Amino acid sequence: MGKLYDELAKDYRLKEGLKTCINCGTCTAICPAAEFYKYDPRKIVDTVQRKDDAEIEALLKSDTIWYCGECMSCMTRCPRKNGAGLVIMALRNLSARLGYFTYSEKGRQLYPLTKIMTGNILKYGYCVYPETFKMEDHPEAGPVWEWHTQHLRDNMERLGANYQGKGPGILRKIPQESLDELKAIFDVTGGTERIETVEKYSRAKADEMGMSMDEYTTYTFKHCSEGHFNNED
Amino acid sequence: MIYQGKQKIWSEYQKEIPDDHWYYVRSCIRQNFFPASERMFTEITRNVLGKDIYETPSHTTCGGIAYHCDTIPQETVMTIVARQFALMTEAGYENYVASCITSFGNYAEILETWHEFPELETKIRELLWKACKKEFKKPKYLAHSSDLIYKFRGEIAAKGRFRLVDKETGEPLRIVEHIGCHYAKMFPHKGVGGAEYPCVLSGMIEAWGGQVIDYPERRHCCGYGFRQYHVQANRGYSLSNTHKKFESMEPYHPDAIITNCPGCPYFLDRWQYVIAEQTGKTYGRDGFGIPVFTYEELAGLVLGYDPWDLGLQLHQVAVEPFLDKIGIEYDPSAKYKGLDKKDILRPGLPQNLKCF
Ligand code: SF4
Ligand code: SF4
Repeated sequence: MGKLYDELAKDYRLKEGLKTCINCGTCTAICPAAEFYKYDPRKIVDTVQRKDDAEIEALLKSDTIWYCGECMSCMTRCPRKNGAGLVIMALRNLSARLGYFTYSEKGRQLYPLTKIMTGNILKYGYCVYPETFKMEDHPEAGPVWEWHTQHLRDNMERLGANYQGKGPGILRKIPQESLDELKAIFDVTGGTERIETVEKYSRAKADEMGMSMDEYTTYTFKHCSEGHFNNED
Repeated sequence: MIYQGKQKIWSEYQKEIPDDHWYYVRSCIRQNFFPASERMFTEITRNVLGKDIYETPSHTTCGGIAYHCDTIPQETVMTIVARQFALMTEAGYENYVASCITSFGNYAEILETWHEFPELETKIRELLWKACKKEFKKPKYLAHSSDLIYKFRGEIAAKGRFRLVDKETGEPLRIVEHIGCHYAKMFPHKGVGGAEYPCVLSGMIEAWGGQVIDYPERRHCCGYGFRQYHVQANRGYSLSNTHKKFESMEPYHPDAIITNCPGCPYFLDRWQYVIAEQTGKTYGRDGFGIPVFTYEELAGLVLGYDPWDLGLQLHQVAVEPFLDKIGIEYDPSAKYKGLDKKDILRPGLPQNLKCF
């Protein structure tokens, strides 16, 4: 493998997202992540454009690249038509490929996220699905949601959905041929390989931390150490 | 048409939206949280406006949320989208309407990237053929479902039973809009009014008799942040951003919020509940929250649909004070009933946020 920057430079999001950064800080000024997290997209873009592999490696192993919310507010405002959010996406992609995401707490969250998202897509054909959006993981969903999920079929029928039904409509059962096509797409485009890579490095990290995969999943999903936010030391 | 002067400047903020014949793709988030909004979209466009809106059961997620959670590579999301385009091509359509801002942004980003890097489009065509033996044409027009409601806002007002007006005072109701970041912040020319003057929702508010309320953090993100919400440990980010918006809009006393995005109405609704339960603070009057609506819900109310057919019982923030202001009739005892008035109990009540 070539230098880290060369790998990043192959990513179309970097081609689109990094022309020349003039270090003006407009992206940081508008960034919702910078307001709460110890996060400065200007510095990240600048680090990448300096092409210093040691610094890029440190970034790939850091919490920093996982603070962005990918809202892309920075793209609208950059006077040089960069997209700090796109640069972040390229960095995260490389961090996932190389297993560097397991070096940071926020990076390790990629494991439960991958399980939830790709699990839903491959099993149901949706990114989010009622069966896996559980009240115990989402207390903020409130008593209305609790009631709704307890009476899911009744409510879905009442509101005109076609929940798990045949034919078109809301939350219909996606035909098996379509799910098979999604799986084939994952197989030929690197989606399946990505799931396996994230799993492999996460298993090694869980071992190192002395946790079972279930413990690791819960821990990475729920645990937040002090020190990520601007108002913390 | 050749535009000159100010007309030329404004033309950059216009978006051509064809009148009819749309291939429709659904939103994962909205099907889960606002199923009746999607039903209203097809109800309004097909049955009220008489438009041809085609849907195939074979379409799937666009992969946008998984992509923005960084769990799938760019080639994967692009090929999922290429398959969606292939289904549109097979069905004989060229106008593509997505029911989701994340999807809409995803489609816009992919079409732009292919335009700039044609070799990538070629590669994705090969991957789609390898995986599914499918070929596709790119959509001639890409719209978000709110673009269509915006386009027909005048017809909806003309056919409407209600206006967004206080029935006691005759004053327009004060409405805040939230556009959703991926609608026009990435590719401003893809959205009505661009990133500077997005009028897709404000146009609806004005057409239906309401008053658009400006406030300092109007364009701030709702705080979804993809991984910043889906991972429980990160939800402080999501909550903090919503809190910032509510603190900023509070002095302007909005009667309601209208939203564009699938996630935004969920976050703006549920985080009000969390803020009330954690701190006791509520942003509406008399212990209520500020009700948050999708554009189909508001259109449905204007057209005189029963609020419980619109799914407003799935909101955590009570909508009744808003309905009362306009004078929309509703049966309180029918709110939490199933089909044919089946009794399916009712939700518990929050401690601090006033609900019915
Ligand atoms: S706004 Fe653009 S030019 Fe300015 S610091 Fe950010 S990326 Fe660099
Ligand atoms: S995309 Fe990321 S870096 Fe850009 S404004 Fe949003 S949170 Fe900040």
